[in-house]
Formats: sequence, C-alpha cells, structure tokens
Amino acid sequence: MQTLSLTGGFRDAPTDAAFAFRAVMNAMAKPGEINSVTGSEPPAGLSIAAGVVLLTLCDPETPLYLAPGFDRPELRDWITFHTGAPFAPASAAQFALGAWDDLPRGDFPLGTAAYPDRSATLIVEVDDLRRDGATLTGPGIKDSAALSLPDRMAFQQNAALFPRGLDFIFTSGDRLAALPRSTKVS
Amino acid sequence: MTVETKEKTRDRQAWMGLLARAEARDLARLWEGFGPLPAHEMLRAPEIGGVMLRGRMGAVGDAFNMGEMSVTRCSVRLADGPDGHAYVQGRSRDKALQAALTDALMQGNAADEVRAKLLDPLAEIESQRRASRAAKAAATKVDFFTMVRGED
Repeated sequence: MQTLSLTGGFRDAPTDAAFAFRAVMNAMAKPGEINSVTGSEPPAGLSIAAGVVLLTLCDPETPLYLAPGFDRPELRDWITFHTGAPFAPASAAQFALGAWDDLPRGDFPLGTAAYPDRSATLIVEVDDLRRDGATLTGPGIKDSAALSLPDRMAFQQNAALFPRGLDFIFTSGDRLAALPRSTKVS
Repeated sequence: MTVETKEKTRDRQAWMGLLARAEARDLARLWEGFGPLPAHEMLRAPEIGGVMLRGRMGAVGDAFNMGEMSVTRCSVRLADGPDGHAYVQGRSRDKALQAALTDALMQGNAADEVRAKLLDPLAEIESQRRASRAAKAAATKVDFFTMVRGED
C-alpha cells in the first residue's frame, strides 16, 4: 500500500515552514519582488512554490478552493494529508489555487468594511514571472516596481475596493511574487 | 467492500488500537528486543496534538465533550514499500514513530515475526493491566441486599 500523495511535504516542518513564511511575508511586504522557495515536492502539475505556499498557509481552518484545472484526486489527497485544509466553493474560500483564467474571480469573498481581513487570497499559477510589464506603486514599493501580471484591469478594480479586496500570490516553478490589494497597478 | 477487505481492515484496526493504547516504555522495550529501526522515509514527522474526546451517557442520548487528550501522530514509508501510520495516545514522539513502523512492518513479509515479537507481548501486557485494574475495582465492590422486613 503505497500512495504518492503522502510524499513531498516539508522534511523539517518547523524550519521549512518558517523560511517559507518569511518568503511569502517578504513578497507581500514588497510587491513585485520575486522570491525563491524550496521544500515541497507536490504532485505533477503543481509548482514547487504553490506547494510551499499551501503547506505554509493552509490548515484545517482555512477553506481552500481548487480551480477546475487543479481539482484532481491526487492533488486533493496531497493537500488533505499535508495540510488538512477543507475544500470549499469559491464563495466560502479563504485561499484559492488555480490558473488566472480558471479562477471565478467574482465569486470570492472580498471582506467587509468592518472586517476587511475576511477576504480570499488567490494563489495564481503563472507560466513565467518577470520584473517587467505592469507598473506597481504603493506601500512597500520605493518608487515603482514592475511585474508580469496576467491582467491589469482586474487588479485596478481590485485596488479600488480598498480596504476590501483580494490578495494575490503568483507562483511559477520555485519562484513567487505577491500583489496585495493596497498596490496600485498601471 | 469484500469480506476479505473487511477482515483486513478489522485486523489493522486491532493492532493500531493496541499500539495506540500501549505504554511508551513497553513498546520501546519490545523494540529493543526486536532490533534496530528499519530503514524508512518520514512522510510526516512525529507531531504532538490534541483531540476532543466525546461520549454519550450510557451510549445513548446526545454526545457531550468529555475532555481533551494528547495525541501524537506519525507516518512513515519503509525503504521496501509499505506505508505505516500511527495516532497514539500521549506525547511520546518515539512511541509514535515505533508504532508507525510497526504498522508498516505488519503490512509486509515480516508480519508474523512482528506479531510474535511485538504485538502479542503488547496484547499480553494490556490484558494483564486490564485484569489487575478489574481486580482492584472488584475488591471495592459492595453488594447491597435487603433482609425481609416482615411487615405484612
């Protein structure tokens, strides 16, 4: 009895998770900066960085939405064994995983004026992450930063909702970058 | 589920339960006699947590929370194949690892040896513990009876 979904978690969970959390936190604090992470070997089809983010941020109290392209049994089993996160529809999710065009972006909770933290964080798998493309300004960015975003309009609309809105983590291979709702995209 | 699968599941439940209830020192002592830990890969390193125990009065009625207990879990994969899992009572990481390894070995070719050297002695220890506890409890038992009062 051997199942692939049981392998590929953190080797040394406390240390690996601390490094990964630091990387995600830095990415969120400095939008546009690209960080490398290691430590997970998720099933085929999921990037290392997305695996690391899931292992670090998800637990039994964070409902996760899987976009149709990622909603596969082996991936569900892997996430369940290593994080225990329950799967939820988009409207009840705190985290979501998927490709940009695959995520029903209108359905996620945006938080409320009184509780803006009750919104979803989207983990978006992209083919490539480069420091060019859309211009980013706002908190955590000295003058301006650049990041290859899959869209511009959607992020401008999201930033206009501030303090409500979604936060984004982009993952590609072992690299990740983040775009919080406070960043202005142009 | 076929009859055979059901039986296998019941068997595995029995030894996993036995390992979960065993004293850490008993399991450690038996493993010392059994040999070094087999080569394995750690799927989930031993981690300590808690579970809420729930009960029903007389096994009927609504469930209530009885209290929390410490539980340690661990998952391993042996170099030659099978996966072993353990959820054991207490806070001993060593016990969780030994229990997971025992579970894994029980699914391989060494099952008979493991049963003879680890599980049977553990079952023996458990039944002795139960018997001595029952004897202690029985010694305090009071039988009430009423003499005929002859009122009528």
